[in-house]
Amino acid sequence: MPALLEVRGLKAGYGPTHVLHGLDFDVDAGGVTALLGANGAGKTTSLRAVSGMIRTEGEIRFQGESIAGQATEAIAQRGIAHVPDGRGTFMELTVEENFRLGAYVRTDKADVQRDFERMWEWFPRLRQRWKQQAGTLSGGEQQMLAIARALLLKPRLLLLDEPSFGLAPLIVQEIFAIMRRIREESGAGILLVEQNANLALELADRAYLLETGRIVVSGLAAEIRQDESIRRSYLGY
Amino acid sequence: MDGLAHQIIAGIATGGIYASVALALVMIYQATHHINFAQGEMATLSTFIAWYLVTEGVPYWIAFFATIGISFVIGALIERILLRPVQNAPPLTHVGVFIGLLLIIGNATGWIFGYTTKVFPTPFVSDAPLFGGLISAHELGTTAVTLVVLLLIFVFFRYTKLGLGMRAAAYNPRSARLVGINVGMMLALGWGLAAAVGAIAGMMVAPVVFLDPTMMLGILLYAFAGALLGGIDNPGGAVLGGFAVGVLENLAGAYVVGTELKLTVALIIIISVLLVRPAGLFGRVVLSRV
Amino acid sequence: MSSATGLPEGVAAAPLPVAEAGTPAWQRWLLVAGGIILALAPLWVLESFHLFQLTMAVIMALAVLGLNIVTGYNGQISLGHGAFFAVGAYCTAILMSHFDWSFWWTLPVSAAVCATVGFGIGFPALRLAGHYLALTTFALAVAVPQLLKHKAVEDWTGGVQGLFLVKPDPPAFLPVTPDQWIYLVVVSIAAVLFFLTWNLIRGRIGRALMATRDHPTAAEAMGMDIASLKTKAFAVSALVTGIAGSLSAVAIEFVAPDSFTIFVSITLFVGMVAGGVASILGSLFGGLFVLFVPNIAESISKAAPGVIYGIILIGLLFVMPDGFAGLLRRLTARLRRGGTS
Repeated sequence: MPALLEVRGLKAGYGPTHVLHGLDFDVDAGGVTALLGANGAGKTTSLRAVSGMIRTEGEIRFQGESIAGQATEAIAQRGIAHVPDGRGTFMELTVEENFRLGAYVRTDKADVQRDFERMWEWFPRLRQRWKQQAGTLSGGEQQMLAIARALLLKPRLLLLDEPSFGLAPLIVQEIFAIMRRIREESGAGILLVEQNANLALELADRAYLLETGRIVVSGLAAEIRQDESIRRSYLGY
Repeated sequence: MDGLAHQIIAGIATGGIYASVALALVMIYQATHHINFAQGEMATLSTFIAWYLVTEGVPYWIAFFATIGISFVIGALIERILLRPVQNAPPLTHVGVFIGLLLIIGNATGWIFGYTTKVFPTPFVSDAPLFGGLISAHELGTTAVTLVVLLLIFVFFRYTKLGLGMRAAAYNPRSARLVGINVGMMLALGWGLAAAVGAIAGMMVAPVVFLDPTMMLGILLYAFAGALLGGIDNPGGAVLGGFAVGVLENLAGAYVVGTELKLTVALIIIISVLLVRPAGLFGRVVLSRV
Repeated sequence: MSSATGLPEGVAAAPLPVAEAGTPAWQRWLLVAGGIILALAPLWVLESFHLFQLTMAVIMALAVLGLNIVTGYNGQISLGHGAFFAVGAYCTAILMSHFDWSFWWTLPVSAAVCATVGFGIGFPALRLAGHYLALTTFALAVAVPQLLKHKAVEDWTGGVQGLFLVKPDPPAFLPVTPDQWIYLVVVSIAAVLFFLTWNLIRGRIGRALMATRDHPTAAEAMGMDIASLKTKAFAVSALVTGIAGSLSAVAIEFVAPDSFTIFVSITLFVGMVAGGVASILGSLFGGLFVLFVPNIAESISKAAPGVIYGIILIGLLFVMPDGFAGLLRRLTARLRRGGTS
């Protein structure tokens, strides 16, 4: 049975600079795949490649169909929600408007309203700040808003770019707890890019380690976590 | 005192025109961060189209709305054909394309419709003087139309889904794409809407200043001044700025510099705003990190 | 990527094909000689009207050169250089018409006045970036005719009717007509200013101008006094375009406010883009372009030359953003590579 997302031989870059040199990785439906590596390894670029934000070579298949070369909005409309680096908050708009934008492509009003209520339950702070300008929210709240916005797309695949970045440890724990809930309750697949390897490996099923645009280690997250030599040489702990 | 009151009211009437054009400028600026130097010429072209329809016997209001529709399409086409290819080009190229647009549209208007001044009808006539002669029927009608248009635009952007999509595309195109919005389409729509608003402004002002290909250049300048005064990234502020500039222009023209130097007043306002508070009265002061 | 001009970085700094280091001296002198012959040939070849057109083309080239200094090389977008052109023209016109000065003496005055005005505009320009500066200079240019017609200065400027001038007579020992003499005067002054500008650009100051254009933050961090550089660039730019204005006043023998509408500024801008932004040679091409292309446009469509003109401008921006000079540069580079490989 094909994986939810299958990437083969992915090459990508920015203009003349090549960043990815042929990656192979998978994400299963209902599973979590972690992409790990140091700064500049190509993790964010990989997510951008899947989202169609940059030019790519190689195969990218989502639910069996090729999405390589498609426009970003078309890919989003297929059910791939991407929480980008920097969170991508619509700063000048209110929390409510950010929510409405998350559900922009959906037509099922009643279902959307139900999802709003579910997000209010998961992220009560966002409900409190409903009419506030999103730019005034704290870092942690903006991260939750970004995740809520992505979930409101009702995605089959969720791309998360460094959700723990710049956040206090308590907030990070909250966010990873949310990610567990997502996996359990929605059945979506998650492709997680993280610098905090420990947390990512706890959550993930599969993991891939990137180094300067190549995958140097791949396998089950549990095994990688237990392999001391890999942890010491690549993950620094 | 009658004179002053009339000047102020007349200023509000013309200010409505400036506010409309300022709004069109701000809409394009918000979406693209570019100043549409050709906005005036586009509005003039639209007004000529309306004039043509009217002289061919089309009833005024049908011509009015037809012109709005045609202008919308022209605006959207200009965005797709001319501006899309130079999207990521540096400022000098953009300014160049806008100037080219100004040349093409301005000259096309003269070429198609001729350079003689035309009379443009107003639908607002009244047999008896209104409010003791304080305001003419046309001024009242113009102000009313302007306010209705501005209200509709406000409601559209604030309360409709498409309006939200367009605002999202303007503020954060990358994130807009990520939620499935076709940003290119939003830009084209924004241009179409701006062109339509400009057309309305042109049709309102033409009866007063008479219609010829250079009609809108001065008005464009005032609209710039108004948009800057209110805040080039703030539609509401730009509208207020437009009204303020209208009143200022009239008062300055009547009491200070005389009517021959009115354009200089616009220039002074522009320079003052840009020097003292570039974000305008209501705009956001954006600090950019080095 | 150069931020303001859209040229790949370093293109503007690329030397003219003629002046690369390593070109042997005899080749350079040959080119200079060739240039002199080329410049003088029209005196024998062209009759009065075409000579006048060529004279105007050289004047426009000089004006475009001025614009290039501040916009092309220094990245400050000016849509109002027609104003400096007008100031120069009226300086000369007023001194010659009201005070009977000889043409030559009006030049230094015009230069000084224009440089001062340019310097004065350079200050507020410091606070304005990109399209805001374009907008402000645009507004300035639109206001110029009104200012020139105003009652307060009518006595000096001649109001709507303008001022009439007479071309200077050629010196007794030269057997040339007044038209030919004006051509010689214009070409000589332009040649001097072109040479001085070329010298300026290829030296330290030119590099500083371009560094400020491409990497303003880095330039400032390296200790360059950006403010001083930019205001002086405006002053020099205004001076050059102003001299062109003075020359035009005496070549046409007439100035009037409606000769100096926004269209002059737009023409100069178009000339700069078409000829080649940030290019000395490009300024020359630009002058020829703005004078002769409208004629070509008219022959394509009698009714709508302006439309053709605008289409050509946009076409150039899409296809050849570095203008004719850039095209020439690329062709000679290819020839050179073809020759050595």
